[in-house]
Amino acid sequence: MVRDVSFGQYFPGKSPMHRLDPRGKLIMFIAFIVIIFCTFNYVSLGITAAFTVLFLVLSQISPKFYFKSLKVIIFIVIFTSLLNLFYGSGEPLWQWGILRITVNGINRAVFVTVRIVCLILAGSCLTFTTSPTELTDAIERLMKPLKVIRFPVHEIAMMMSLALRFVPTLLEETDKIMAAQKARGADMESGNLFKRVKALIPILIPLFVSAFRRAYDVATAMECRCYRGGAGRTRMKQIHLSARDVAAFIVTALTIGGVIVCNIFLKRVL
Amino acid sequence: MSFISIENVSFSYDEENPAASKAVDGVSMEIEAGEFVAVIGHNGCGKSTLAKHLNAMLLPDSGRVVVDGDDTAEEEKTFDIREKVGLVLQNPDNQLVASIVEEDVAFGPENLGVPPEEIRQRVDEALKAVDMYDYREHAPYKLSGGQKQRVAIAGILAIRPQCIVLDEPTAMLDPSGREEVISTLLKLNRERKMTVVLITHYMDEAVLADRVVVMDSGKVLTQGTPEEVFAQVELLKKHRLDVPQSAELIYRLRGCGLQIDKIPLTQDDCVALLEEAIK
Repeated sequence: MVRDVSFGQYFPGKSPMHRLDPRGKLIMFIAFIVIIFCTFNYVSLGITAAFTVLFLVLSQISPKFYFKSLKVIIFIVIFTSLLNLFYGSGEPLWQWGILRITVNGINRAVFVTVRIVCLILAGSCLTFTTSPTELTDAIERLMKPLKVIRFPVHEIAMMMSLALRFVPTLLEETDKIMAAQKARGADMESGNLFKRVKALIPILIPLFVSAFRRAYDVATAMECRCYRGGAGRTRMKQIHLSARDVAAFIVTALTIGGVIVCNIFLKRVL
Repeated sequence: MSFISIENVSFSYDEENPAASKAVDGVSMEIEAGEFVAVIGHNGCGKSTLAKHLNAMLLPDSGRVVVDGDDTAEEEKTFDIREKVGLVLQNPDNQLVASIVEEDVAFGPENLGVPPEEIRQRVDEALKAVDMYDYREHAPYKLSGGQKQRVAIAGILAIRPQCIVLDEPTAMLDPSGREEVISTLLKLNRERKMTVVLITHYMDEAVLADRVVVMDSGKVLTQGTPEEVFAQVELLKKHRLDVPQSAELIYRLRGCGLQIDKIPLTQDDCVALLEEAIK
């Protein structure tokens, strides 16, 4: 059940997106988050949407998986767009009691929907095409300057990659514990919210105990494999910037430029 | 001098009262380079504790462990020793630290500071040695238990140790997974002359070793070739240890008055012996 979620998964491959430098991808993703919230008219919104679609196509991953990751947030999207639809300002186009729809409300709803959808798609594209190791490696390298102030960069990156590694394992474990508790007559599907939350306790306690035991085992196994912190470590997969990355940067820069130009010269809708 | 020598080692997990509950109690044994040694015994007999002494994960309270001339108690030698003696644990899930098979296998050499091109070589070689090369880009959680354990073995092989110690590597596997792991170990030992120390409670795995060490309550009960050890059916039974099925059968037939001197270890040997006896 829980394992059906595709958001955050990695699909090995050799597409142009897979081959980009993970550091570059990360920076581009952050730039993208900023830019998507700086779109104030339909042209710039269109530019960012086109930018998203371009990268999705380049990732060469079946649209099926992108739809799957959208499915998870569909309720959030509907809820926020409805909320925005009815809370617009200006002259009402349609009114019924306290509910009223304005041009501004419609615009807001469209913008918030496109923004959230693009954000989730871009995020999925990043994790689909970047292995957790590459991602944490990129974070480690990007945060390297923080070492000067004694920030434990390597440790944080290692913790993140281990956490990502154990997500599926712990999900599997949760399923097993749930099955075991159900076999003993635990009821998790009836009663009010309070009762259901309470019914989770016999699942969470064994899960935590086993997670701690696992952590101890993992630490032992890591020590057996000569792990002794970040000092003196090398990486098998070297990451370096290539012409491809430069091209991606140029596309991103053009998008940012386009959005800024649109914001200056065209009328704001929001 | 032998590759690993364990000299009168004692160890207790109870720090306040170490004399009362010794997990390992005065064990001495030698492990030669290229040997395949099986250590058998009940749960809690001290065999896993002993395994952790071989790569300096645990240090003896008294006595010493010498690996290739280095005492494990010398702190600056710890990582040299772990490079020479790799330890594979029971639960394959908890030994895999990366989300992609090949990245996991690379973890050991990365820790040693091996240059990237050489890591790639070592990873490919290790994965081929355990027949998991085709799975190099898979996610570990999608593999079967036997496959995961073979990846864990590859992770140790990539460190290029001289000796590999396995602490009940098949305990959590199904029969086909067990078979995969054991045949991998045999291959490593026969073809690459790798020293293998296999800790197990499956007697039919122990039979495959050059030498079997039987442990009980922290002490070495008996050791020798599988033939020598499993011939002592009565001693093993007294300590509630199993013997291989064919040995058990012949032992019982002897009790019924059948004249057979040899104790067979495999089914084929057993059939041959019985055939002879019936004639």
